[in-house]
Amino acid sequence: MDELYRDYILDHYKQPRNFGTLEPHDLEAHDHNPLCGDELGVHIRVDDGKIAELRFHGQGCAISQASASIASEELIGMPVEQIGKLDADWVVDLLGISISPTRRKCALLSLKVTRGAATGDASWPE
Amino acid sequence: MAPLATSLDVRADFPVFDRGFAYLDSAATSQKPRQVIEAMDSYYRCSNANVHRGVYKLAQEATDLFEGARERVARFAGSEAATTIFTRNATEAINLVAYAWGREHVGEGDEVLITQMEHHSNIVPWQILCSERGATLRYLHVSDEGLLSLDELDQVLAEGRVKLVSVVHVSNVLGTINPVSEIAARARAAGAVSVIDGSQAMPQMAVDVAEVGADFYAWTGHKALGPTGIGVLHGRRELLESMRPFLGGGDMIASVGFDSSTYNELPWKFEAGTSAIAEGVGLGAAIDYLGGIGMETVRAHERDLTHYTLERLGEIDGLRTFGPGDPDMRGGVVSFEVEGIHPHDLAELCDREGVCIRAGHHCAQPLMRELGVPATARASFHVYNNREDVDRLAEALQKARKVFGL
Ligand SMILES: Cc1ncc(COP(=O)(O)O)c(C=O)c1O
Repeated sequence: MDELYRDYILDHYKQPRNFGTLEPHDLEAHDHNPLCGDELGVHIRVDDGKIAELRFHGQGCAISQASASIASEELIGMPVEQIGKLDADWVVDLLGISISPTRRKCALLSLKVTRGAATGDASWPE
Repeated sequence: MAPLATSLDVRADFPVFDRGFAYLDSAATSQKPRQVIEAMDSYYRCSNANVHRGVYKLAQEATDLFEGARERVARFAGSEAATTIFTRNATEAINLVAYAWGREHVGEGDEVLITQMEHHSNIVPWQILCSERGATLRYLHVSDEGLLSLDELDQVLAEGRVKLVSVVHVSNVLGTINPVSEIAARARAAGAVSVIDGSQAMPQMAVDVAEVGADFYAWTGHKALGPTGIGVLHGRRELLESMRPFLGGGDMIASVGFDSSTYNELPWKFEAGTSAIAEGVGLGAAIDYLGGIGMETVRAHERDLTHYTLERLGEIDGLRTFGPGDPDMRGGVVSFEVEGIHPHDLAELCDREGVCIRAGHHCAQPLMRELGVPATARASFHVYNNREDVDRLAEALQKARKVFGL
């Protein structure tokens, strides 16, 4: 098995979970990775301070798409307050593969847009 | 396998290939032959001094090396030294025209005409100019085969508002070789100034800028086996003489008073500050090297590799190439996509096999939008590449499909 393109990464890439749009939604953000043109947006519906529903949309490489798909499963149900505290390690650990510096932004894009939607902070997670 | 069309074998001149890469990203930047590296090394070791102003022998030697390089670069391109301006790169050359010519001559209601296949370097300077001057930026369309239409050009020019036309000679994404002399002639007939972005053309085919006949022709040294930090703008003498300077400072003046200055003669009027001297010397060595091979041979070699690449990539399921299908109509660059694998992942998987290709928008986002793709993968060639590099690419792509379960 490939060390980067593991079966579950490819599975999430080919059949991304929680992908699409959400109307109506309470929070949204959209961003891209200038390096390779990956694009990702997020729609979030909030209920009782928690993420009730979440959909990512966009297009990109296997790492950025799998990262969004895998993160989406963790994000649903999470208190919105907590999103701002998630850092880069959170996503990288979720992905479970070692990420080279050139692919780091691909992996972090999903957290970047989610944090942007929840807190307005559109900086790259560290 | 088809027989080798050319037997060019110069890889031993390029030290970087000791590392064994199949380097297929020369459209981004070329590798450098030992002759270029040594010319720059020798300049710094033996002849370094600031140019133009020194009285002593060493300064004269540096000046001769730098200006000698300019003369040879001018001859190589079919121009002359006085109208061959050294810039930092093609981007700066195009900006020079946008600022020094554009700001004086483009005004409210005027149009600047470019094409959908331009590099950002030949888009953004015109966007800035147009928004500053209240002018409109228009784009010629690119057909599905990756070609421009001279009929469309005629129609737009006939409307009478175009002040400047700027077109890429060879597209860095599609490879298309555009009919630049026809475009320049039509622009002139319509009273518009023409600019050609020759960044991908000058490095790989015989270009005579006098024959092209455009008012300005820009290119960049680092794609032509030369160093980074040096580019070239060839301009029509009357225009260059009538233009105001681009940047102000030392070297570009004849004399400086408290309130105003008079400007130096061509080409130095457009070269403010200390030049990239070693880089100029390096570029001189690069065009000597290319001239030694012969640009007809360089072009034949690129054409052969392009042809072979289109053939080999055509064998891969789900692979689509962009640009003209006829290798006679394109330079040494092939953009492609593989269904089900993002270009970024393709480039990563190729890298594992020692194959260097580029993935992304190639600084041509409007073209990507037109092609309906977020990004493409791209293989591009120069004199040091051979068919084995292309075979390695084809194998790496097949392997990538396996990894992705395709
Ligand atoms: C067609 C084209 N124009 C302009 C440029 C810009 O060259 P530079 O970055 O050296 O100015 C490039 C190179 O990337 C190019 O391919």
